[in-house]
Amino acid sequence: MNNIADHLRKFIKESFLFGRDDDFSDADSFLELGIIDSTGVLELVTFIEEQYQITVEDEELVPENLDSIDNLVQFIARKREPSTVQTW
Amino acid sequence: MCGIAGVVCFNGTGASAELLRRMVAQVRYRGPDESGVYVDGQTGLGHARLSIIDLCGGRQPMHNADRSLSVTFNGEIFNYLELRETLAAEGHHFATQSDTEVILHAYQQYGEDCTEHFNGQWAFAIWDKRHGRLFLSRDRLGIRPLHYTVAGGKFLFASEVKSLLVDTDVERQIDPIGLDQVFTFWSTLPPRTVFRGINELPPGHNMVVEGRELRTRRYWQLDYDDQRTSTTPQQCAEELLALLLDATRLRLRSDVPVGAYLSGGLDSTINAALVKQCTNAHLRTFSVTFEDAEFDESPYQKAAVDYLQTDHTSIQCNRQQIGRIFPEVIWHTEQPVLRTAPAPLYLLSKLVHQRGYKVVLTGEGADEMLGGYDVFKEAKVRRFWAAQPDSAFRAGLLRRLYPYLPNIQAQSLAYQKAFFHVRPEDLASPLFSHLPRWELTSRLKSFFSPELRAEIADRDVYADCRALLPEDFANWHPFCQAQYLETAMLMPGYILSSQGDRVAMAHSVEGRFPFLDHRLAEFAAGIPPRLKMKALKEKYILKLAAGHLIPAEVRQRTKQPYRAPDAASFFGGAADACCDYKGELLSPTRIREDGLFDPDAVEHLVRKAERGRAVGIKDNMALVGILSTQLVVDQFVRNFDTCSASAIDARSTILAQTPWEERDGWPADEPVSVDGS
Repeated sequence: MNNIADHLRKFIKESFLFGRDDDFSDADSFLELGIIDSTGVLELVTFIEEQYQITVEDEELVPENLDSIDNLVQFIARKREPSTVQTW
Repeated sequence: MCGIAGVVCFNGTGASAELLRRMVAQVRYRGPDESGVYVDGQTGLGHARLSIIDLCGGRQPMHNADRSLSVTFNGEIFNYLELRETLAAEGHHFATQSDTEVILHAYQQYGEDCTEHFNGQWAFAIWDKRHGRLFLSRDRLGIRPLHYTVAGGKFLFASEVKSLLVDTDVERQIDPIGLDQVFTFWSTLPPRTVFRGINELPPGHNMVVEGRELRTRRYWQLDYDDQRTSTTPQQCAEELLALLLDATRLRLRSDVPVGAYLSGGLDSTINAALVKQCTNAHLRTFSVTFEDAEFDESPYQKAAVDYLQTDHTSIQCNRQQIGRIFPEVIWHTEQPVLRTAPAPLYLLSKLVHQRGYKVVLTGEGADEMLGGYDVFKEAKVRRFWAAQPDSAFRAGLLRRLYPYLPNIQAQSLAYQKAFFHVRPEDLASPLFSHLPRWELTSRLKSFFSPELRAEIADRDVYADCRALLPEDFANWHPFCQAQYLETAMLMPGYILSSQGDRVAMAHSVEGRFPFLDHRLAEFAAGIPPRLKMKALKEKYILKLAAGHLIPAEVRQRTKQPYRAPDAASFFGGAADACCDYKGELLSPTRIREDGLFDPDAVEHLVRKAERGRAVGIKDNMALVGILSTQLVVDQFVRNFDTCSASAIDARSTILAQTPWEERDGWPADEPVSVDGS
């Protein structure tokens, strides 16, 4: 799990913070911090689909799934467990 | 249309004709037909002329009969014939047929209030010898540029900053506050520029330089009153059409042929149709088309051309061209830009020039005056939704915004709600309509270097904007507030400058804008907002007034704002080879030396762009903003001497085609008159 969080943090840092060491916690909202702009979500989704071999459905494109490291880690975990995916 | 310059020395020395000549030579693309310099003791005026009205008699600087008044003038006074008649009835005698002479007589008759009588677009300076006073004026909406500075005991003014920089007393430094403004509002707010110590005279202002004193006075202000026009929509539309026709008729006054831009949008098509209504002469139109289908509007251009039967020429623009010409474009904009949109218009004016035209009428200003921009629609939806935040229907209207932006359309409604979220405190803000745009743009400042960020850390950049708002602003309808912000903050500094005067005059082309006739602006400010945007239908009253003059496919089409490829013009495919300059300008070494941006962040951004991943709005704006800022530093701060007139000659097509040495008055026949000592 930590690996995914680290991996995501690295991607966010490279792609949206351009290498800067902005201090943000795993629970911080990307929207509130202004890290991700209106088109950045699509970049983020493309990244997690490629990296974790999952498909994000339209109805899953919500901040509850994607708006912090914590939310993303949980969302990716759920998507990778077939039994949990069925509840969506 | 022309370029102007001048100097008043406070330090006891005489004005230098040589300095004036060099100032004017910097902008000779603004006036390649002839030039003139006039020196009267400590004061001097310079002029580069593009002859449009009274080709033989309109030489400048021009003097009145007893030479007590002298003027250098850029622009047009469209109602000069009527004014001339009025002034002649008052006993004034005219020696020429030019509008320039009308300015002199109007000043003589009305003093500083003369500008209230003018319908036009101007920047001029009158040397009033008798009173030892220099009087400067800029048109109401900021169509023509006018910059000034005080340096080395001199007051210097000019159409463009590059003329001021030829005086070595003038500092060549970037103003951090200017950059803070550009990376918020998309341009500086007048009087500030991105150059420290260099100001522009704000639109609608006059200025007097007397002794060592500079006095600036506002002579015109837009005043919105949504109750003023109480007629029926039909009557309002009729009145609007009558005004538009008269505004167009006045703007066809010219001693050279007049063409029009035809983008295929509502405004330019109506503009061309209005010209056809005013004259039987065959109309010549020009447009840009794009290789990229996302930006191309050629099917609508064709529909408009077929319907209006104009003689049309277009130029196709691709990414590589934009990348290649971008440094030249920034030489002309003289400030960073966050979009490449000025570049295709630079190519378009070149086409117009090559076809022998000096004047074009365009649809500029319709979106501001009559409520066309998406930012107005966005503000309306956000406010409507905020009144009932739980309403699914109201939130659903967010999906109607920006239909032409695929990245926004691909968002889920949940994310759109998050992006357009209205904070309770925003509802009361006078800047409500523009906060999302300005907040998004401000995020680009995270690329600023720690030093630059520290310099602006304690500033409230929105306070710069609030300080410029009219007294009554808080009482205006929210729609009118949004219109004012667009008209006063973005239009003069970006639309009419980087996308207007600068890229047109680069190829000696004068733009004229019927929608920016001040009578129309004043009338439009009194039209109820519900007639400007009916529900979410933009420019409703304009369509009611003039929709019948244009083809249905243009009238009914979804509005597509004018845009051009941004990051893709510099990175990826063939683009890379076309802009070899970017490697050095964006290199960590250069970024570090110039000190404005964070080298590491820029390097990450460049790498992302090279991988083709810079697809977001923010990344695109950052790339164009950083590259254009680096070009401003490169051309105006680091290497001004090699970039200025003589170096530009070598690469300028216009000069290659019409060598300036061979033209009348340049420079062999340059009239230099020296009065006084």
